[in-house]
Amino acid sequence: MHLVVQACILGVLTGGVYALMASGLTLVFGVMRVINVAQGALVILSAYLSYTLFKDWQIDPFLTVLIVAPLMFALGVGVQLVFIRSLRSEQAEELSLLITWALALGIEGVLGAVYETTYRASEPSYANASWTISGYRFSEVRVFAFALSVAVLVLLYLLLARTRFGRSVRATVQNPTSAQLLGVNANRVRALAFGLGVSTAAAAGAVYAMLYPFNPGSHYDLISRLLSIVVLGGLGSVGGAVVAAVLMGLVESVVAVEISPVWSSFSYFVVLVAILLVRPQGMFGLRERLL
Amino acid sequence: MRVTPLGLARGLVVFGALAAFPFVVHADWIVNIGVFTLMYAGLATAWNLFSGYTGYISLGQAAFFGLGAYTLGITFNHLSIGAGYRPFYLLPLIGLAVALVSVPVAWIALRTRAMTFAIVTLMLLFIVQQLAFNLRSITHGSQGIAVPQPNFAANFDRPYYLAMLAVLALAILSCWYIRGSKLGLMLFAVREDEEKARGVGVRVTGAKLIAFALSVGLTAMIGAVWGYYLFYIYPESAVDPLVMIGAVLMTFLGGRGTLWGPMIGACVLVPAQQWALTNYGATRLYLIVYAAVFVVILLLLPQGILPSLDELATRWRLRTRAPPDVKPTPKRAVL
Repeated sequence: MHLVVQACILGVLTGGVYALMASGLTLVFGVMRVINVAQGALVILSAYLSYTLFKDWQIDPFLTVLIVAPLMFALGVGVQLVFIRSLRSEQAEELSLLITWALALGIEGVLGAVYETTYRASEPSYANASWTISGYRFSEVRVFAFALSVAVLVLLYLLLARTRFGRSVRATVQNPTSAQLLGVNANRVRALAFGLGVSTAAAAGAVYAMLYPFNPGSHYDLISRLLSIVVLGGLGSVGGAVVAAVLMGLVESVVAVEISPVWSSFSYFVVLVAILLVRPQGMFGLRERLL
Repeated sequence: MRVTPLGLARGLVVFGALAAFPFVVHADWIVNIGVFTLMYAGLATAWNLFSGYTGYISLGQAAFFGLGAYTLGITFNHLSIGAGYRPFYLLPLIGLAVALVSVPVAWIALRTRAMTFAIVTLMLLFIVQQLAFNLRSITHGSQGIAVPQPNFAANFDRPYYLAMLAVLALAILSCWYIRGSKLGLMLFAVREDEEKARGVGVRVTGAKLIAFALSVGLTAMIGAVWGYYLFYIYPESAVDPLVMIGAVLMTFLGGRGTLWGPMIGACVLVPAQQWALTNYGATRLYLIVYAAVFVVILLLLPQGILPSLDELATRWRLRTRAPPDVKPTPKRAVL
């Protein structure tokens, strides 16, 4: 029982970080019907940037978020302007899936050329420190990572719920044409929302660099998780993505303890298939034909 | 679709030339590139059979490519199926078996639509790869399965070339037949407007399932030939997202939903890809080249070569006062 509770703690803490990455992915889908397959690669890119800042300038990995996130925001806006907006075809949605995949390959190639394929990890002085509360261990890095993720998610929520920009984003999600008629600059909203989605990847990437060793090929593993999270939560639903991410964290770490670590990431796919059988649109998704 | 003399001649010339190729050219490295070209042509044609005709983008066909390869490898390990040309005779069985396995999987995946379907199939690819890693007792995990090496002596690549060609011919034939059949009409109806098609009584789920299983069967056969060709089957190489994206890219380049498009795309891209791999494969620079080509094709030629040529030809004919028998666009009447 002790082990299971410990696994649950770990699962929730890990799930928080994945929630951060997935929230950007699902937000971008909601606003412009684009699945950004490069989200995983962008997380890894941010992880490398953060790693370099930490290694060469001794900046604390958590503080690197303040530098990496704006950079990645600009990159995201640029990607949207150059690659995604210029898709002209009635099948722009499907094409965007492929073009972001190409982007992921490109990022993997550049990272491979710059950093080689050896595994790296940011290891600050407190990397192995942990607190013990009534017999349960809380790794410091993971708690900070979770706190950072929650903080960014809350900021994201406030941005979407309380600001004028957030209102125009939500209006574009609900009905792009009407939003445009009411004076929302849809192109601007799309570009900014894409940048926002990518900067959540940046924040998560800095954290990821401390939690797991990574190399340029790590994005395949990441994107398969992220995609399954957003599908399970329901495409376009940020809240759904958060719930699904925590659920994934829980299932994975409990299976790792109770059955075998080898099957932990597989178990999540089983949950996903079971839920899709009952609700093809995911937990909080709208039926696709209505979209 | 009726056999027209022009179509028949086109098919005979293309496949005759392809069959003669390894007997004329003896350099092994060229035939080797030929094997991969035919492999991708077959994969792209099979992908087109489902995704091009129904409009459902499947990103998981590489999973079935891997299943085909593993089926061959595992059969080798447990049964004596002979060496030399004998394993090639098993191909139809492997294709059939994997196609049958895919039906329940496809049934679940096809409950979702459009983007969700693309994602679910993409995850299928990762699931199968993970299974290949984890089921060590069957797949030997990351060690990979070794397939006994046949002794074809001189012209080692030629039998594989011909096997790939046979599967490709089968794929093109099936596509050609389907395009002219009721099934084809049903698939195109799904692509244009699935709800309307269902409303007028098209059995959309059945049609999609049949097309998916056919596509999977062909893909698995190609995977099996590939496994026999390389001798070693690893999870990373047998279920490779890059193979998947390659087939999709070639279909897009040639023209989705056309008969010959995927093959043309493969003939253009694979030699270039093999060249990039030999020259830049060691550094991961070839990935950048690959990504750049992909982006350029999607941005500049989203329709593909064949439809673009078609459009050009139509425009040209209209401008030069076309003879009255020019049909406006080859778009099919949907019920």
